[in-house]
Amino acid sequence: MEVLYQNLLNLDIKMVIMWLIGGVLIYLAIKKDMEPTLLLPMGFGAILVNLPLSGAITQGLEEGPLSILYKAGIANELFPLILFIGIGAMIDFGPLLSNPILMLFGAAAQFGIFFTLCTASMFFDIKDAASIAIIGAADGPTSIVVGQKLNSNYIGAIMVAAYSYMALVPIIQPPIIKLLTSKKERRIRMEYTQKPVSKATRILFPIFITIIAGLVAPASVALVGFLMFGNLIRECGVLDSLSETAQKALANLVTIFLGITIASQMQAEHFLKADTLLILFLGLVAFIFDTAGGVIFAKILNLFLKKKINPMIGAAGISAFPMSGRVVHKLALKEDPTNFLLMQATGVNVSGQIASVIAGGLILNFFLH
Amino acid sequence: MYLMAAFEPQNFVDNLRYMGLGMLGIFVVIGAIALLTMLLNRLTQQHDEESPEQKG
Repeated sequence: MEVLYQNLLNLDIKMVIMWLIGGVLIYLAIKKDMEPTLLLPMGFGAILVNLPLSGAITQGLEEGPLSILYKAGIANELFPLILFIGIGAMIDFGPLLSNPILMLFGAAAQFGIFFTLCTASMFFDIKDAASIAIIGAADGPTSIVVGQKLNSNYIGAIMVAAYSYMALVPIIQPPIIKLLTSKKERRIRMEYTQKPVSKATRILFPIFITIIAGLVAPASVALVGFLMFGNLIRECGVLDSLSETAQKALANLVTIFLGITIASQMQAEHFLKADTLLILFLGLVAFIFDTAGGVIFAKILNLFLKKKINPMIGAAGISAFPMSGRVVHKLALKEDPTNFLLMQATGVNVSGQIASVIAGGLILNFFLH
Repeated sequence: MYLMAAFEPQNFVDNLRYMGLGMLGIFVVIGAIALLTMLLNRLTQQHDEESPEQKG
């Protein structure tokens, strides 16, 4: 009889709190449709690993499947990199290639990463601060790779913050954008003419990006390379079947394992700390200053340009795709129902994906050794 | 166990150089990519324009 209840004696209140957190993540995924592909597995995983003596994770000498998956796919950064092949295959760089100047907004919107690095360094050692700052990349795989390479003690909290804030972009960005722009600025119209992009450009673009990023930030080669490899498969025109597999089957498979495996780092004793709350706050700081960086950069450019830019498109420079581009588009429509900024914002949003990976590489360059 | 280090405001100032270097690095790399893309667009469009004549 004792066998039936003895494990109950190992239950503590922290585990129950983690079940509630897991429940909230599942609720957000299902009810609010917030990054369900990741928040749902993470939420369920949070419950799974916080059962007393959970067989899903290693207990003493008994290895658990989630711990094995963690070692096999996250500790060595394999899962996020493979996922990048799928993401690369999904991205259409067309709007960006037809208007390359938009790339600069992607660069400006990485400001939050470096601002948060300085802020977090007041509380954490510099490698942990850098890992926390990369939440501002608004890019889960980049956050995982940087956090792992820098051997961060907070990988679980960083993952939860990165994915949660990506899902919360439609809530976080609009007030910041409105705070930094006037109604008149938000109503600025931008002409969009779709310039033709040759197939040669589409094929050479991922190759050249990999070379340039690799020369400047060698630590970013794996990140940029896998992303661009996926894009090359998409654009080459002779690997349609592989492209489709990368976009769907491969990305889906890795995502299933990624979410639930990340949850293995959400054990109560590691997760329920004051540090976690601070990391969640710093992640929010990163997103706010990313948005501000993009918008302010556009406003500065407007001081010199005859044909003004709608400064809201600067906010789309964060990597959260396609949420950020849509947020800007919707805000523009709200101010003026005939002002369509979707293509410009999408171009900027795509550039944010490249810039965030390069920012991750630069962070690794600074702090890896 | 709390791993968070003590509050050190001076670190913000000390690490501002990484902010400068990081933003400079991103703008240099992205600027180079943007310039290269413009060049690619120009070269490949010229090639596309010339191709039909060559074929003709």
